Amino acid sequence: MSAKPEAQIALQADDLHKSFDGLEVLKGVSLSARQHDVISIIGSSGSGKSTFLRCLNLLEVPEAGRIQVHGEELDLTRNHAGNHSKRFQQQIERTRSRLGMVFQSFNLWSHMTVLENVMLGPCMVLKRNRDEVEAQAKILLNRVGMLEKSHMYPDHLSGGQKQRVAIARALAMDPDVMLFDEPTSALDPELVNEVLLVIRELAEEGRTMIMVTHEMRFARDVSSQIVYLHQGRIAEQGPPEQLFNNPQSEHLQRFLSSQY
Amino acid sequence: MFELLINYGPRLLDGALMTLQLTFMSVAIAASLSLPLAILRRSGNLFWQAPIRLYVSFFRGTPLLAQLFLVYYGSGQFRPELQELGLWWFFRDPFYCALLTFSLNSAAYQIEILRGGLQAVPYGEIEAGVAIGMPRHLLYQKIILPHTYRIAFPALGNEIILMLKGGAIASVITVLDLMGHTRRVFSQTFDISVYFWAALIYLLITSGFVLLWRQGERRLTRHLHRQAPSKQAAAPATTSATLEEPTHVR
Repeated sequence: MSAKPEAQIALQADDLHKSFDGLEVLKGVSLSARQHDVISIIGSSGSGKSTFLRCLNLLEVPEAGRIQVHGEELDLTRNHAGNHSKRFQQQIERTRSRLGMVFQSFNLWSHMTVLENVMLGPCMVLKRNRDEVEAQAKILLNRVGMLEKSHMYPDHLSGGQKQRVAIARALAMDPDVMLFDEPTSALDPELVNEVLLVIRELAEEGRTMIMVTHEMRFARDVSSQIVYLHQGRIAEQGPPEQLFNNPQSEHLQRFLSSQY
Repeated sequence: MFELLINYGPRLLDGALMTLQLTFMSVAIAASLSLPLAILRRSGNLFWQAPIRLYVSFFRGTPLLAQLFLVYYGSGQFRPELQELGLWWFFRDPFYCALLTFSLNSAAYQIEILRGGLQAVPYGEIEAGVAIGMPRHLLYQKIILPHTYRIAFPALGNEIILMLKGGAIASVITVLDLMGHTRRVFSQTFDISVYFWAALIYLLITSGFVLLWRQGERRLTRHLHRQAPSKQAAAPATTSATLEEPTHVR
């Protein structure tokens, strides 16, 4: 599972800057994910980890920096003033469609059934054949254990079930990289494991994943790399054993001890 | 009382048809105007926002009767100009004047109703659409508008009923709708019971409409109700197992 040096780059972010109302949240964060990497981003609240993840698929548009997915590069500095151009907008949409996002609050489309939720993206965005999409959606729902509920609406599901559907929905787009934004933080404790189990399986089959998480033990288990964000910068980065067993900075030590 | 109905019933029915026609044409025109205007009203574009706000506050802030007179009698002041423009055929006809006024009036209300609906769309669901790379028109088509119309649906129904009844003032500018025919029959017979029959017809129309609208609402909100055909719902609700099973009904 650990990244081999020759593995291809799946996602590369260079020097991302982002501020909200003059408050600089990201002060130049870079990250490169090779294929089959599982990268966990940890850090205390306010460290910018969620913002960073949301910048990767441009749910927040950074003020400066470059993002490269699937060989396509988005130069956000150059386009910052002119990013209303149609071409740039389409480029952003294409990039997003290659990154599967799983939200903390699931964000399933409440007026669609489970199956429709999973099928919408491939049908409407990728414009794939409906029958094929349906067959694939059912395979994915089966994988996350939600096939039996495929005709139910999200409001009738538990949090863990919703999150598993959300994962299937992201997978249906056949993304290059999966992004998880605290996927278990909104769940009741007894529902956390069913979601982690699904994510673990994805890691084991070699999916490229970047996740923001508070589940330290889980991050340590599945990740090939840990990134520790502190005050909008990457403070430490490395394989899990190194970071967890041998934290360099005092604040990381403090952060880790507060987690157990 | 009943012989009045036998003698004049057909005329009242004619009027009722005219009322229905006027109402639903106005509401339909207003509906097609209000959606784009509501979206523009919510966009950050100041160029559009100011005129739309002015339009909405004018039509919501003045009496419908005054607006009707303004269009019908006001246009008469400009007859030569309108004739020159080739629009006089439109403004000389009280039906068209009523149609125009009611459409503009109803659109103003519908803009505000839809604006509220657009505002209440769960943001996370829009974001989920953005995250899979949906372009804007798809976001509207698949996520934003289904929510907007579900949220706005009861208020829109209310607006249509108000329009249906408010439409009675078209009779003042000689449109022979239900109220127009009623007034005429009364002036010929001096039989006050004709108003009773007219009221009854209005009541029947609105009741029928309410029933229809409720069906529509049930369809639009079906994802919020417990589903009957699923196995879970069929299970007895008394066992402790089902009590532990989370039941997510809003």
